[in-house]
Amino acid sequence: MNISVITFPGSNCDRDVITAAADLTGKTPKVVWHKDHDIGSPDLVIIPGGFSFGDYLRCGAIAAKSPAMDEVLEHAYRGGMVIGICNGFQVLVETGLLPGALIRNKGLKFVCRDTRLKVHSNSKAIMSGFQPDESLIIPVAHNEGQFYADDSTLKKIQDNGQIAFTYAPIADEDDYNPNGAALDIAGITSENGRVLGMMPHPERRMSETVGGADGRRLLSAIFEASQS
Amino acid sequence: MKVMVSISLKPGVLDPQARAIENSLASLGYQDVKGVSTGKQIILDLDEDDEARARQKSAKMCETLLVNTVIENYEITIMDEDD
Repeated sequence: MNISVITFPGSNCDRDVITAAADLTGKTPKVVWHKDHDIGSPDLVIIPGGFSFGDYLRCGAIAAKSPAMDEVLEHAYRGGMVIGICNGFQVLVETGLLPGALIRNKGLKFVCRDTRLKVHSNSKAIMSGFQPDESLIIPVAHNEGQFYADDSTLKKIQDNGQIAFTYAPIADEDDYNPNGAALDIAGITSENGRVLGMMPHPERRMSETVGGADGRRLLSAIFEASQS
Repeated sequence: MKVMVSISLKPGVLDPQARAIENSLASLGYQDVKGVSTGKQIILDLDEDDEARARQKSAKMCETLLVNTVIENYEITIMDEDD
């Protein structure tokens, strides 16, 4: 399968994503610099995490207007699949491909820890490789990860099955939601179900050596879905 | 012509930074602060003499890049010559 990874000045999870994708698919993704217009003919575009453009103005705002993102938008409008991880999620909400916004963590602190992700809905195309109620341990690392949307938007994405992942307790802790996200949302899909944004980093959980391999399962499911 | 864009969070959007400032002011003894909100200003120096056009151009920039209208409101002010 063909994967394109978009990189910006300040992206810092691009190498991890490229390694993870090459490992799982046997093929090295096409790496696209933000100034390039040619994103190839990907089955899936990955927008990796990091601090694109130093998080200036708003996280993801400047990256969202880059030439490569114009092509990603075209790809998405044609029904192509896209996943944005962490800063990539922030970029996708800034483009308007995904609803809502990601604002400063409720606790005002950068949060870097494991979270339990629950598959909330697998009804959308990009989520079709997951079992209902499947749960995975995946780390988060962010300062602006609190998903926000007004009440009518929240109701709409709930009714449409656009909530992909929610945070859940790992054991029985009360503070399992790391950032105060509305409805414990960790990831959402677009209305057409082919664009996914998520705050947690599956590419950081690819082997038992780094504490677990749930990221393999998560990315495999998405890769599988984007080939069908 | 200089234009000031003032950006504030929409009512109802949680402003954790403002809450922290409010708590800090309270702990310093400023008990009469009823509320705090934060925002930002962006000053644009435009090659434009016409006020209406300057407003129009700035508004377009706000909608395109400067403001995320999902969470933010903005106000455009034309600045005095000597500002």
